[in-house]
Amino acid sequence: MTGRTSEAENGRREMSMLRMRSSTLRFLAQTILLLFWSAITLWANEPKGLPPHGTNIFAPASTPARSIADLSVFVLVITGIIFVVVFALLVYSVVKFRGRAMDAGREPAQVYGSTQIELAWTIIPILIVVVLFLATARVIHAIQDAPEPAGAAQVTAIGHQYWWEFRYPNLGIVTANELHIPVSDPSHPTPTFLQLLSADTDHSFWVPELAGKTDLIPNHPNRMWMDPRRTGVFLGQCAQYCGTQHAKMLLRVSVDGPEEFAAWVRAQQRPAIEDTGAIAGRRVFESNACMNCHAVAGTAANGRFGPDLTHLMSRATIAAGATKNTHDNLRLWIQNPSAIKPSSLMPAMQLSDADLDAVVSYMETLR
Amino acid sequence: MSSNAITIPGTQIQARPWVDELHQWLTTVDHKRLGILYILSALLFLAIGGVEALIIRIQLMRPHNDFVSPEVFNRMFTMHGTTMIFFVAMPVLFGFANYLVPLMIGARDMAFPRLNAFSFWLSFLGGLLLYFSCLGGSGLYGAGSAPDVGWWSYAPLGARAFSPGHSSDYWTLALLVSGFGSIGTAINIIATILCLRCPGMKISRMPLLVWMNLVMAGMVLIAITPLSAAQIMLLIDRYLGGHFFDTQAGGSAVLWMHFFWIFGHPEVYVLIIPCFAFMSEIIPVFSRKPIFGYPVMVAATVCIAFVSMSVWAHHMFTIGMNSYANSFFTLTTMAVGVPTGIKIFNWIGTMWGGRIQFKTPMLFSIGFLFQFLIAGLTGIMMAASPFDWQLSLSYFVVAHFHYVIVGGILFALFAAFYYWYPKMTGRMLSERLGKWHFWLFLIGFHLTFDVMHIPGVLGMPRRIYTYEPGRGWDTLNFIITIGAFIQAVAILVFLANLAISYFKGARAGNDPWDAWTLEWSISSPPPAYNFATVPTVGSRRPLWDLKHPEDPDSRYE
Repeated sequence: MTGRTSEAENGRREMSMLRMRSSTLRFLAQTILLLFWSAITLWANEPKGLPPHGTNIFAPASTPARSIADLSVFVLVITGIIFVVVFALLVYSVVKFRGRAMDAGREPAQVYGSTQIELAWTIIPILIVVVLFLATARVIHAIQDAPEPAGAAQVTAIGHQYWWEFRYPNLGIVTANELHIPVSDPSHPTPTFLQLLSADTDHSFWVPELAGKTDLIPNHPNRMWMDPRRTGVFLGQCAQYCGTQHAKMLLRVSVDGPEEFAAWVRAQQRPAIEDTGAIAGRRVFESNACMNCHAVAGTAANGRFGPDLTHLMSRATIAAGATKNTHDNLRLWIQNPSAIKPSSLMPAMQLSDADLDAVVSYMETLR
Repeated sequence: MSSNAITIPGTQIQARPWVDELHQWLTTVDHKRLGILYILSALLFLAIGGVEALIIRIQLMRPHNDFVSPEVFNRMFTMHGTTMIFFVAMPVLFGFANYLVPLMIGARDMAFPRLNAFSFWLSFLGGLLLYFSCLGGSGLYGAGSAPDVGWWSYAPLGARAFSPGHSSDYWTLALLVSGFGSIGTAINIIATILCLRCPGMKISRMPLLVWMNLVMAGMVLIAITPLSAAQIMLLIDRYLGGHFFDTQAGGSAVLWMHFFWIFGHPEVYVLIIPCFAFMSEIIPVFSRKPIFGYPVMVAATVCIAFVSMSVWAHHMFTIGMNSYANSFFTLTTMAVGVPTGIKIFNWIGTMWGGRIQFKTPMLFSIGFLFQFLIAGLTGIMMAASPFDWQLSLSYFVVAHFHYVIVGGILFALFAAFYYWYPKMTGRMLSERLGKWHFWLFLIGFHLTFDVMHIPGVLGMPRRIYTYEPGRGWDTLNFIITIGAFIQAVAILVFLANLAISYFKGARAGNDPWDAWTLEWSISSPPPAYNFATVPTVGSRRPLWDLKHPEDPDSRYE
């Protein structure tokens, strides 16, 4: 008799505990749902999609990026299944084998192990690893050991502290920060092969929608390739910490149609335009330290520490993508580089207002 | 200890008892006191490293934020990483090893008590040396001059050309000095376990915590030495005209990467294996069952230790290794997943059929299992090297390793704190504050680190002090920062619990959890000599045998 009452009491106590637990759970669930919902609306309303393409690794636009994305989905599915199975086992054992008020003092059956079960959960994971490894090795080989076709474009990319130098050895072009490459038609592929070098510290070339990243390491030349299938501007940036302004070492790749690319090449191959109207600015440029670091083809300026300025006005951005290439930004950048990119290696030249205006108008003739 | 001190009436000693007490703590060679010193120093650096993390998160809360300058931001992530790995995670785990290993094997102290004290003070002074860089780096100006080279200090950023002044010298010396401390402790742990086990404790009867700390100590010996060698080579470069890593003079940047990561990856396992150890003690006690598959757990640990020595270059998939090297490191890295998976299954197997008690240590253990599962699976994703060409150096990696270090290691540590605090202080930690701590930390953790995977997939690189708007990263970063602050509140609750319970907690008694290993057979806190008479054991769970003489474990082993 007494035993039964105490059991009932226990039951009641357990019920009230359950009720309490369920109200707490409901509160938690509501909070989490609310947080998720507000996060999703905030994210959806965020201004997105500048005219250039984004930087989503699951929106590939070239063969290496696509085979990586396909492999990634495969790996995600397998790991997703593993997660569901193990998570279900975990939740089941936590819920099913939770201690109850009535077992007070009694111990469960003492089980020490089971060889069969251990074998099962050793062999199945080994099989999964073999499958994942074979799928991965295939993609590694396909991307890294791809032969270079005859029509491939060649570019040498050189990482500098906080900007990119691009040289086209076969075309005689030198430019900076905005890489132009031809679109590749699958029936007549024209992939671009990049030779990657560094002038100072380590950098990493990453344009997520075109290819995985590869580091630019001093004394350790690297190679990568991409064959974009769509035209447009693709964004990326330096991915390996390279110093104070690592964050503003941005990267733009312009994928051009065949005619467009040919026109761009012709324009870049011309020496700097001689504009008599800007002769004063050119004198300031060449009589100050500007020409020690910057080159303007066809003039005495042949420095190599900074970006080549021969066709500066053909670029949409300055300061490695830190800001748009407009008159005001250009003036500010020459007057006080720290205002746009603190600790960049470009010095403030302390020019007078007249000299500053003259240099800016000279720059604006470099089309 | 203090009760044994001879007091002479009317002398200065009596007038300044706290000086006495302090003197005893500073000169102690007792493994329990050194363990607590390790843990306290780790908590101090945890608070500092946590504030650094919050500064990083405030700066990244919105695009083009200017809360701190780029220089300060770079110092913050360098110091945060270095502090958390070398001066929080390592010391706190060494602290628990120091405290628990002798108690669990029935010994009266570590094998080399004075080496033990020497190692602790080396580690602690290493941390002070690192922070002295804020003053001594290159003078007192601006925001100080702590190192800003990242916690890997990749060559040639650490060379004099790119890191003038002394800031990275303090970084190098701090790691070198604390590295010697770690080697000393590792030797001590190995010697203690091999030589000081009580009668009856065969190597096959050691608690899993002891086994796993033995493996951890062996890995420390192998992993720390290349790091120390590399630091000495870097000092030779910087001061004696060497050119090991000086790329301007033909040195090799890649050589530094190999040295660093052949330390760096085993280091991850040096940190996680003691956490496996905590899980392997706590989960059985709160499931009321012995660990499932003891021999397999030992074998899996040793297997992880071996395989993890050959996976280091998976940190270097983007440096342009050839396709064979990339395939090899893909295979070894995926292979580590097998013994790790076996462990997770064995812990679930331990809970299976048990009667699980949801005390705070068990809550943190279940959190550990869940998060460690996810961390392992994102690890498999990055082991597939082409996938890693996208994910490496992005916020996905940052999310992954914080899942391991916070979601795994820190959760396991919290479980250990709640479980062994009664043994160390004689008082229970408050269960009510403990549950607040657990739920707040869990919510904050998931808000921060679940969300953090997404900007990585959307192309956000790590270590950038600011970012461009309009790439889909803005809201995500804002949410991540909110989560970081919730975690900070949870940590404050935890610290408050440690402090309040020390004075007001319920008395623990010898064995508050009805557990089975030797440390619970003696008083809490244990006397200086640990065991009045050296115990003799007949099985892996000596206290089970005592409590259940009708059905002892020794019958089944």
